[in-house]
Amino acid sequence: MKLVQLIEFLRKRLKTVIWICCAMLAVLVVIDALPFLVDKEHAHTSAEHLPGFWSVFGFIVCTLIIFLSKWFGHAGIMQREDYYDE
Amino acid sequence: MSSPFWIHPALIFFVGAALLPLVPQRLRKGWLMLVPVLAFARTLFLTSGTFGQVHFLDWTLTFGRVDKLSLVFGYIMSLMAVIGTLYGLHVKRAGEHVAAWIYVGGSLGAIYAGDLLTLFVFWELMALSSVFLIWFRGRPESLWAGSRYLLVHMAGGVALLAGILLHYQATHSLEFVAFDVHQPTLATYLVMIGFILNAAVPPLHAWLPDAYGEATFNGSVFMCAFTTKTAVYALLRGLPGMEILIPLGVIMALYGVVYAVLENDSRRLLAYHIVSQVGYMVAGVGLANTSTEFGRLAFNGACAHAFAHILYKGLLFMGCGTVLHMTGESRFTKLGGLYSKMPWTFLFTLIGGLSISAFPLFSGFISKSMIVAAGFESHKLWVGFGLMLASAGTFLHTGLKVPYFIWFGKNNCSKEVWDRAKDPGWNMNAAMIVASVLCIFIGCYTPYLYRMLPFPVDYHPYTSYHISETLQVLLFTALGFFIFLKKLVPEPTISLDTDWFYRMGGRAFLWFAQKRVQVVDNVVGEIYRLGGLLPLKATAFLVGLFDNYVIDGIVDGVAAGVRGVGNRLRTAQRGALQESLTLAFAAVVILVIAFIFFF
Repeated sequence: MKLVQLIEFLRKRLKTVIWICCAMLAVLVVIDALPFLVDKEHAHTSAEHLPGFWSVFGFIVCTLIIFLSKWFGHAGIMQREDYYDE
Repeated sequence: MSSPFWIHPALIFFVGAALLPLVPQRLRKGWLMLVPVLAFARTLFLTSGTFGQVHFLDWTLTFGRVDKLSLVFGYIMSLMAVIGTLYGLHVKRAGEHVAAWIYVGGSLGAIYAGDLLTLFVFWELMALSSVFLIWFRGRPESLWAGSRYLLVHMAGGVALLAGILLHYQATHSLEFVAFDVHQPTLATYLVMIGFILNAAVPPLHAWLPDAYGEATFNGSVFMCAFTTKTAVYALLRGLPGMEILIPLGVIMALYGVVYAVLENDSRRLLAYHIVSQVGYMVAGVGLANTSTEFGRLAFNGACAHAFAHILYKGLLFMGCGTVLHMTGESRFTKLGGLYSKMPWTFLFTLIGGLSISAFPLFSGFISKSMIVAAGFESHKLWVGFGLMLASAGTFLHTGLKVPYFIWFGKNNCSKEVWDRAKDPGWNMNAAMIVASVLCIFIGCYTPYLYRMLPFPVDYHPYTSYHISETLQVLLFTALGFFIFLKKLVPEPTISLDTDWFYRMGGRAFLWFAQKRVQVVDNVVGEIYRLGGLLPLKATAFLVGLFDNYVIDGIVDGVAAGVRGVGNRLRTAQRGALQESLTLAFAAVVILVIAFIFFF
């Protein structure tokens, strides 16, 4: 089964994979900052002209979703699985 | 223009469903594939116009209103029916297929309906048939979930019917065209409530995760496609540009994301992401004031997103349904580490996850962005940013949490789950392959979808800015996911939602009935006893004499006859109650349709 071998190949080299992913994130921000590669004519607000605006947006938003939702859940929304049983 | 020889695509499903139990077992699979393929072919050859008009009492009912809007929805619905039936091809119980096909037929009937009465009839048919897809799961919980599903949809149906009647009273027209959304009346709001209940707009949404998490493994694949998207169609047809739908849609998109963080059951998580994704479409309907350019973009966007959504959500439900079908488990806290056992299911689910997250080259990228762009272009920045926020949440859960905690992460599998886990049979794989290929094809070759949309499309998703923007949001969300992975580990809990009110409300009523009503009942009972019972006893004594000597003789003879017939019938009865119910229901549907057409 080739697909499993590929996944296991990557899992064995997890450190390298993580480094490559981090490098990709950095490249993404760099590309965003280069006007001849990313034409910001389509931007809707002035804030979007800042290099890496959407990177910061993505990370902050993700953190907010995780922490606010969990706080909301632990405030009484999450209950044990047999909550509705008699 | 009306032709009496117009074959309605829904009719193919109804006839197919009615004949299915009669088809011999060895030809069953062929029939199961033939019927949806025929119906799909029928939708391909539909031409615009008005067909199938029937005069009924004072009204003209229109069964076939074919235009660009109904064409694109009819196309994707019947395509999904092909994929869904292929996925459940090995299911032996005919009743499940019958229920699913009547459900699909109901959806197609509603889509091609040209008047509100026809719409209503098919609308109710969908709820009545799809509930069997929940009941067939056969667990005690499924019975209750199905009953709640039916009750909620009946309530929505009543609101819709009330709206239709008020509308008819005011306008003397049953034609299903856009309501006046700028001066909404009570009728408009009631119709809207009927529609948005089916679209699962909070707080009227709790039926959706409740039902879809509890349905059979392939029942959910059907359900996730038809009810909410038929509602989106109805909203686009009836209430385009209704502004209240914009905030409702954005709230929906975020609401689903929040609950998805808390959810431990993979299929309930996906159900919450239906709420979230339909939120984009509902917001799109709100923006779709077709006299403006951004309104037409939003209108197209809502259609395109519904189209793409049906495929990738079907794919995701197929992936998680496969895990449930093969292992018997759908909760993250009982799964994990399955990549070596079910690698292909993982790959297909991942493709669904990337599509829903709107990765470049996948279907969501070219459809979701139309609505977001329309939001920005309408100068409602909160819409644009709100929907971008929901996009990050979508990737966080469906693209990352679902694949990670089922196929990687900590292995929580019991020995039984682990032993049972493997990739599914050929038909389930084939259905997932077809859906995966379509998700990628739609994302790569934009004219395929854009050409089908109601308005000409002047929108280009593949600009450098849009790609850069999307990749940044998504990949930095992934960074957040891996940094806060510990925080995201699923917990063995359920989340209370607005169904709490009617689930607990029902119990409060029961308590009230038992305690308070009983007191009243006792008092009334005492009055009866004194005033009515004693004289009655005297009469009864006399009647008793007559009964003993005359009536009994006759009754005993008849009873012996009935018992003989009963004994013979018992050998013919198979005892599958749900199946018998579905078949009886199918027969009623056929009779009603025959009645409408031939009398």
